[in-house]
Amino acid sequence: MKLRLAARLAGRELRGGLHGFRIFLACVILGVAAIAAVGTVRESIAEGLAQEGATLLGGDAEIELTYRFANPEERAWMDNTATRVSEIADFRSMAVFGEERSLTQVKAVDTAYPLVGTVELSPDMPLDEALADDGLVMHPTLADRLGAAPGDTVTLGSKSFTLRALIEREPDSRTGGFGLGPRTIVLRSALDGAGLLEPGTLFSSHYRLDLPPGTDLDATRAAAEQALEGSGMRWSDARNGAPGVAEFVERLGAFLILVGLSGLAVGGVGISAALRAYLSGKTQTIAILRSLGADQRTIFLTYLMQVAVLGVLGITLGLALGVGLPVLLSPIITAQLPVPAVFAPYPGPMAEAAIYSALSILIFTLWPLAQARDVRPAALYRDADTSGTIPGAVFILTTAALVAALVWIAAWFSGNSTLTYWTAGSIAAALVVLALAGLALRAAARKMRPLARGRTALGWALGAIGGPRSTASAVVLSLGLGLSVLAAVGQVDRNLRDAITRDLPTRAPSFFFVDIQRDQMPDFSARLDGDAGVSRVDAAPMLRGIISEINGRPAAQVAGDHWVLQGDRGVSYAAALPDRSTLTDGNWWGEDYNGPPQVSFAAEEAEEMGLSLGDEITINILGRDLTAEVTSFREVDFSTAGMGFIMILNEAALVNAPHSYIATVYSDADSETAILRDLSRQFPNITAISVRDAVSRVSDLLGSLASATAWGAAATLLTGFMVLIGAAAADARARSYEAAILKVLGASRARILWGLSLRAALLGAAAGSVALGAGIAGAWAVSHYVMETSFAVAWPPALGIVAGGALISLLAGLAFALGPISTRPAQVLRSRE
Amino acid sequence: MTDPVLSLREAALSLQGNAGPVDILEAISLDVHRGDTLGLVGPSGSGKSSLLMLMGGLERATGGTVTALGHDLTTMSEDALARLRRDHIGVVFQSFHLIPTMTALENVATPLELAGNPDAFARAEEELTAVGLGKRLNHYPSQLSGGEQQRVALARAAAPRPDILLADEPTGNLDSTTGTAIIDLLFGLQERHGATLVLVTHDPGLADRCARVAELSDGHLSERQPPKARTA
Repeated sequence: MKLRLAARLAGRELRGGLHGFRIFLACVILGVAAIAAVGTVRESIAEGLAQEGATLLGGDAEIELTYRFANPEERAWMDNTATRVSEIADFRSMAVFGEERSLTQVKAVDTAYPLVGTVELSPDMPLDEALADDGLVMHPTLADRLGAAPGDTVTLGSKSFTLRALIEREPDSRTGGFGLGPRTIVLRSALDGAGLLEPGTLFSSHYRLDLPPGTDLDATRAAAEQALEGSGMRWSDARNGAPGVAEFVERLGAFLILVGLSGLAVGGVGISAALRAYLSGKTQTIAILRSLGADQRTIFLTYLMQVAVLGVLGITLGLALGVGLPVLLSPIITAQLPVPAVFAPYPGPMAEAAIYSALSILIFTLWPLAQARDVRPAALYRDADTSGTIPGAVFILTTAALVAALVWIAAWFSGNSTLTYWTAGSIAAALVVLALAGLALRAAARKMRPLARGRTALGWALGAIGGPRSTASAVVLSLGLGLSVLAAVGQVDRNLRDAITRDLPTRAPSFFFVDIQRDQMPDFSARLDGDAGVSRVDAAPMLRGIISEINGRPAAQVAGDHWVLQGDRGVSYAAALPDRSTLTDGNWWGEDYNGPPQVSFAAEEAEEMGLSLGDEITINILGRDLTAEVTSFREVDFSTAGMGFIMILNEAALVNAPHSYIATVYSDADSETAILRDLSRQFPNITAISVRDAVSRVSDLLGSLASATAWGAAATLLTGFMVLIGAAAADARARSYEAAILKVLGASRARILWGLSLRAALLGAAAGSVALGAGIAGAWAVSHYVMETSFAVAWPPALGIVAGGALISLLAGLAFALGPISTRPAQVLRSRE
Repeated sequence: MTDPVLSLREAALSLQGNAGPVDILEAISLDVHRGDTLGLVGPSGSGKSSLLMLMGGLERATGGTVTALGHDLTTMSEDALARLRRDHIGVVFQSFHLIPTMTALENVATPLELAGNPDAFARAEEELTAVGLGKRLNHYPSQLSGGEQQRVALARAAAPRPDILLADEPTGNLDSTTGTAIIDLLFGLQERHGATLVLVTHDPGLADRCARVAELSDGHLSERQPPKARTA
C-alpha cells in the first residue's frame, strides 16, 4: 500500500521534469561510462586474443626449449602427435648495412612457417619467395634505422642476405612489437655459415604444432610433459595464445577500473550534493505531505523511488555511452592497438559498471534521503533545516554494509584483492583528507580576511571562501581526488624516468655484449683494454637455466610465483669470488674446488623465496637437470643494470657445458660508436645491446602506462568538473544576490567579475595544492616502497596541477559569473523582498 | 533656491510581465532639495519602491528623466551609476540585504573600501558603534537579529556620508519597538550628516515625521502637507 502510494507521489514529482537532476544524471552517466568503456576495451582485447589464439601462437600448441633444439626423440614425438610441425629459432643478433648496425630479434624459420595466418609483406609477395636464395624480411623500423630498402644487401653474423621486403604484419607477434630489437625473419637453413646459432648462443627454439581437429589439449600437454620430461620445455596452447599480453591487459584493465572507481566516488559527492539541493527545495512539499498524514516511510520511499528511476536512467545512458563509444570508434582503436580486439557490447563489463554505479548511488543518497524523512510538519511555519541531522543507526549500518559490498565486489571483479583494498582505502582516506582540507581552507580564509583589508576583491574572495555557505569543501572534494591521482601519476612517472634516464646511465654500462665465444674472449678484451674511453669491462660465462625444484619439490610449491621462477634465468660459474661481489652469508668454494655442485644465490631474492643455506636447487640447463647445494648468499644490485647473476655455480659444475660469454662495457658516450663498429666487424656473431636504446624503450612503455593512468584520472577530473559546475549552479543565486548588493554599494561590474574570478581561482588553486600534497605523499610511497627508487618532487608537473586546479575552478566559476554581473540589482533584490 | 538634488520629470516605468508590459509609474515629476526629508506613502503595489529604485539608479526609467545631483540617471552606464551610488547615495532596504558571507564590520566597510578609503575598517567600526553594535563587529548576518541586521544596513548606508539616503520600508520586517528605534537612528543619521532623506513607508504616522509627504496612487504622485509642517 505504502509502496503504491509512494510510487504515485514519486510519479507526480517527476512529472515536473528532470530540471533539478541534471548534475545527478551527469555524474552517474560519466561514472558508469568511464568504467564500462575500460571494461569493454579490456574484454574486446581478451576476446580478440582468444579468437586469434592459434594465430598469435603460430599453431594449436607450442613447445619452447631454451638454448637448444629438440633432440631426435623429442622431435619424433612431435611429428607423431601433430599433423604439421614448424620449428623456429628466436635470438638476438646485429643487422648490418654499410656502416649502420642495429640490434634485431631474429626469427629463423623453416618452410612450414607460418602454420596459421600469413606474413604480410611490402612489396606484396609470398614469404617463401621473399626468403628464398638467402633473402630476408625485416620490420620497417629496423630498415629505417639501417637506412636499408628492399633490394639492399644486409649482413647477419658473417653472411650477407638480400632484404626482399618489409614486414607489414607478423601474425604470431605477441609482443606487439615491443622488444629491444625489431624483427627480422630468415630461413634457418640460410643461416649456415653465418656464425650464428653456435654452441652456447643464447636462443630459444619454438615448435609450433598443428594438431588434428578435436585434440584434447590438456591430454596432449600431459603427454608432452611426459615425453619431454626433464627437458625444461614450456607449453603454450591456443586457448591462451599470448599469455603475457592477456595478463598485462587484464591487469591494466583492472587497475584502470579501480581508477574509474575514484571517478565514481567523486561523482557520488556530486550525486549527494545534487540530491541535497533538490530535497532542500522540497522541504515545503515534504512538510505539507507530513501534515496531511504521510509517515516517514512513505516520504523515504517516495524520494528513494525518484532516485531509483534517475539511477536506472543514468546507468542506462552511461552504459550506452561507455559501450557505444568504443564500439563506434573500434576501427580507430583497433588500428592503434598492437593486439587483436573484437569490439562488441559484452555483458560482463556492463554488469560490472552497473553494479558499481547502483551501489555508489545508494551509498551517496541514503544519508540525504534519511534526512528528508526527518522533515517535520512544523517546517511549514519556520525554517527547519535538517541538513545537520544524523540519520538513524539503520541507515548508517546499511551505508557501511553497502560500502563493504562495493569493495568486496570490486575485489572479486579485479581479481586482485590487495590492490582493490589499497585503492578503496586510499579513496576513503583521500575523501576524508580532502573534506578536512576543505574545513582547514575555510578557517585559513577567515584568518587571512583581515590581512586583505584595502584589497577589496581579495577580501570578498576570502570572505566568500571562509564565510557561511562557502563552496570551499565542495570544490576541494570534487577537484581534489582527480587532481591527486594526476599529481601522483605525474610525480611517479617523472621520478621513474629520471631514475632510468638520468641516474641509471651514469652507473650503468654502455653495452651488453652477448654470445661471445670462449675463444673470442682474449681478442675481445684486447680491443677494449687499450681504449682510453673504456672505464670498465666485466665479463662472465653465461648459460640460461630454469629452477625446476627446490629440495626435491617443484619450485613453485616452495616459492610460489616469485619472478625468479618465471622463465629462464642467467646462470654463471666462477672459481674465485668475482670482483665487487660481497657475500652476506655462507662461504665461497675454494678456487680449486672440484666436488659436488654448489651455488651462490642472490641474497634478497633468496630471502623472498624462503631459501636457506644447505637447500638443494635443481636447475634445468640445456635440457638437463643439475642439482646444487646453496652454500652462500651474495649481494646483487639490479638497479645499476650491470651484470648480476641470481645464481653462480662452481666452475667444475658448468665449465664443460656449451656456453658463451657475456660482457658489460662501461665507456664514455663518444667512444660508443667506435667500440660498436670495431667489435661488430671483428666478431660478427656477437650481439651488442645498447643500454641507451633499452632505456629508451622502457621509458616509452612507462610513458604509455602513465598515459593510460592519466586518462583514467582525467575521467575522474571530468566528473569533478561536472560536480563543480553543479556546485557553481547551486551557488549562482547567492552570487547574483551578492553582486546586486555590491552594485548598490557602488561596485563596478569589472570589480565584481574580478572578485568572483579571484574566488574561483583561489579555491581551485587551494584544491590543487591539497591534491598536490596528497599526490606527492602517494608518489613518495610508491617510489619508496614499490619502485625502491629515490624521490624528489618534480616541480613542473606539480605546479601544473595547482595551475590546472585554478583554471578548472575558474572556468566553472566564470560560466556562472556572467549572470550575476549582467543582471540589474533591482531585479534581484525585488525577488528577495 | 538651489538646484534639487533629486529631480524627476515625467518619469515613467514599465516592466515586462508574463502577460505583457505593466505600467508601474506614469509621468512622475518631483523635486527633492538638499536636506529635505520626503516620505513616500501609498497602498501596496502603488509603485513606491519602484520610484525609490529609479531615484537610486537601481532601475532605469522607461520614460522621462531622472536626475540626481545633476546627473541624468537615464543615460548613464551601469558602472557610472554604481560609482554615483558609491560616492553620493546610500540605500536601506526592508530586507536589509546584507552580504551573508561578510561580517557586520566587513559589510559596513565594503562601500568605503570601494571608494578607496584607507581607514575603511576604522570608520566602519565607528559607524557600527554609533548604531549600538560595537560588540557585534565580527558577527555574520545570520548571527544577528532582524533589528541588528537593519542597524548594520543603516550604518553601511551612512558610512560613506552620502548626500542622499534612500530608505525602502526600513521597518517593514521589524516589530514596532525595534522599528521605532531604527527610525530614530535613521533620522538621527540624516540630521547628523545633513543628508537628503527619501523614506518609503506604508505607515502614514512614520511618513509624518518627514518635512514633506508624497502619496503614490495608481502610478500618479500627489503631495500633501504633513502634520508637522501644518502645525509649524
